[in-house]
Amino acid sequence: MDLVKMVEQEHLKNDIPNFKAGDTVKVHVKVVEGNRQRIQVFEGIVIRRKNAGINSTFTVRRVSYGVGVERTFLLHSPMIDKIELVKEGLVRRAKLYYLRGLRGKAARIKEKRSN
Amino acid sequence: MKKGILGKKIGMTQIFDEAGKAVPVTVIEAGPCVVIRKKTEDKDGYTAIQVGFGSIKEKKVNKPLKGYFAKYQVKPVRYIRELRLEDISQYEVGQEIKTDIFTPGERVDVIGTSKGKGFTGSIKLYNQARGPMSHGSHYHRAPGSLGSIAPARVFKGRMLPGRMGNERVTVQNLEVIKVDPERNLLVVKGSVPGKKGSLVIIKNTVKAG
Repeated sequence: MDLVKMVEQEHLKNDIPNFKAGDTVKVHVKVVEGNRQRIQVFEGIVIRRKNAGINSTFTVRRVSYGVGVERTFLLHSPMIDKIELVKEGLVRRAKLYYLRGLRGKAARIKEKRSN
Repeated sequence: MKKGILGKKIGMTQIFDEAGKAVPVTVIEAGPCVVIRKKTEDKDGYTAIQVGFGSIKEKKVNKPLKGYFAKYQVKPVRYIRELRLEDISQYEVGQEIKTDIFTPGERVDVIGTSKGKGFTGSIKLYNQARGPMSHGSHYHRAPGSLGSIAPARVFKGRMLPGRMGNERVTVQNLEVIKVDPERNLLVVKGSVPGKKGSLVIIKNTVKAG
């Protein structure tokens, strides 16, 4: 699999912040409109992360106007300009699918305090 | 101009194009191929080049092949295949063919041997429909009627269960994404027949334009 790894290598990013499920992130997504390009920010809680080399993805969930919105991004996609870590969450699971059934106060996640 | 190269399927992955979209690709280790022999119209009745690919241990080459390689003064190779080309004037015996014959963006056909599926039923093999699974049907995945009773035999060509796969398959019109002659690397868009490590033949596509 050496050659496959080599092909993937040049497409991998190495400036990805260390975030995991439960963290709140701001994803700066490039949006192409005609021939213009702008940055759109999608902020929410990371509910899952799939680590699979270049095929790695993460899903961010937010509730906007009372409707739950989940977006799955390819971690190494060039369409992602930047990932900003806003808050580190304290959770006991790797996949936070249970958040889908909760709303309001119950859907909050405890913040991780360093020290 | 027609051209071709032999290679080994390494595996699949995905990479990103300029637009930022993920593209499924197959990585092929192609070449270096060595031209063993030139076949000409007046001598052999058709024009082609015989090329060899892949390294092989000296002791694994049998005597007749050893003599053959010695005759044309090339190193023993694992695979020998012929490429039917119209113009072979630019090829010399012993010449190496590398992946730089292709450029990114070019379209190619890839020929390989598909994965063997073994003895399969007619549903998997010919996409026939299955019977109802419930309501006491007792008829699930059988091939159905074999035809009229009148001829007292089954006509030739009746689609019945049998071996599937392990046959020569051509996938046409694949885009070349990346070429690296130093590492003998060829990356094409989409999938390629066969399992990892199997021999593939890459030619420029017959679907011109």
